[in-house]
This record gives sequence, C-alpha cells and structure tokens, in this order.
Amino acid sequence: MSTTFETVANIIAETCDIPRENITPESHAIDDLGIDSLDFLDIAFAIDKAFGIKLPLEQWTQEVNEGKATTEQYFVLKNLCARIDELIAAKTA
Amino acid sequence: MRLEYFQMIDKVLELDLEARTLRTANTVPDESPIFEGHFPGHPLLPGVLLFEIMAQSCGMLLLRLHNYDRMAFLASVDKGKLRTFVTPGQIIEVFARMEHDGSGYARLKAEGRVEGKLVCNADITLKTMPFPAPELRGYLLSTAERIAMPMGDAAGNEAAGEARSGNLTHV
Repeated sequence: MSTTFETVANIIAETCDIPRENITPESHAIDDLGIDSLDFLDIAFAIDKAFGIKLPLEQWTQEVNEGKATTEQYFVLKNLCARIDELIAAKTA
Repeated sequence: MRLEYFQMIDKVLELDLEARTLRTANTVPDESPIFEGHFPGHPLLPGVLLFEIMAQSCGMLLLRLHNYDRMAFLASVDKGKLRTFVTPGQIIEVFARMEHDGSGYARLKAEGRVEGKLVCNADITLKTMPFPAPELRGYLLSTAERIAMPMGDAAGNEAAGEARSGNLTHV
C-alpha cells in the first residue's frame, strides 16, 4: 500500500505539477487536488505503465454517472491505491 | 488531401496489427485557399494541420484495432515538434504506433516524413467512446475502404493495395 501510494503520489506530483507534500492518502484527486479529466488521462497512462495494469476508467465513470458509486470510492487516493493493488493482484493470480 | 474538409489521409501504405502500427501517405495539394493566407508568396502547410495528419493517422489505427466499434477524439498533443516547412505538392508519410491502449483513452506516437526526412512528430492522446451517432460509424467504414485500409483478420503485415483516386478520410 505504501509503495503503491508513493508511486501514485509521485506520478501526480510530476504530471500535474502539484507539490508532493500536498498529496496525502486522504486527498481526493478531483475535489482536493483539482485534477481534471484530461490531466487524469495522463495520470492513468503513467499508472498503467508503472504497474502494468489497465485502470477501468470507463467502468468507474459509468458507475459514478449512474449513481452506483461515488467519486470517493475511486478518486480518494487511498481508495485508488487499493483498486490498483487489486488489479495487480488479479494480474498475478 | 482536401484541406478545407479536414480530409487528410490519402491512402494506407501498411498496417501491422501485431506491432500495432500504421503508415499512411498524404499529398499536400498544389492549390488551396489556405495557401492564400498561409502565406502570400510563401505557401506552407500550417503546422496545426501537420498535427491533424498525425492525429488522423493515429485515429485510423485505433479504429482499425478496435474493429470500428468505438470513435476516437483528439485529447492532447505532447512533445509536438514541427521540424521543417512542408509545401504544396509534397507527400507526407506518417507512421503511427500504439503505445498504450487504455480504458477510454489511448496513447500513440506519430511522426511524419517527406522523402525520408523527419518533418514532424508528437505523442498523441485520443479519447475513445462509443460512436455518438450511428451514421458516423458507417462514414468511417466507407472512409477506411477509400483509403485502402486492410480489413483482414490475420495479424501481421498487410500491405495496402494500390492507391485509388479520391482516397480521403476524416477522423
């Protein structure tokens, strides 16, 4: 978890020019860090490449739009990192 | 090319489904109203249209890889470079390569050459989504036919057929 978070936080800091110290596990990527959808594509690309996974962004967006999930479930960083860990585990299973 | 209609791709030269690459050939027209303003006495293909040629080549590759079940829209151009002038009558050969096919987006690399010399290159991000209008998919399929996009199922190199007149596309 900590390794995943450190990697993700560094990606966000570098991609969006956000001071690293402002990024915490409780940060909401959209509401707290002000990351928009286009910037998040760059972050998703870097995460996909770093972890060898494919973030299911379309599925997440659809679930949020349909009220089946909240943005907090996917875009609060500790939750995002948990999803990433699940995807990594599923890949190596 | 028909610049005024943003129809930039003339023909497919090569598609490699396994390597996820596409080469296209695109001839700058000898005459266009665009050259009346860009620039008088010194006609140049506008740089933004070089980016458009690369983006459309990337888009046609992505559409082909997805068997035309999704539409691609240009989202961003990174590390874009315009290295030299491109003038009427020149043929730009564009090479596009899929770098990462993500969820709802794709990242590709593209470069354009004239007589083997690199004239432009960029990292292209495309957003992908279901076709917003059914006629758009039909239009792109007919476009793929016009530019001689190989449509076989087998992976590997597929050389495109000879160019036909009016081979144009729009992504």
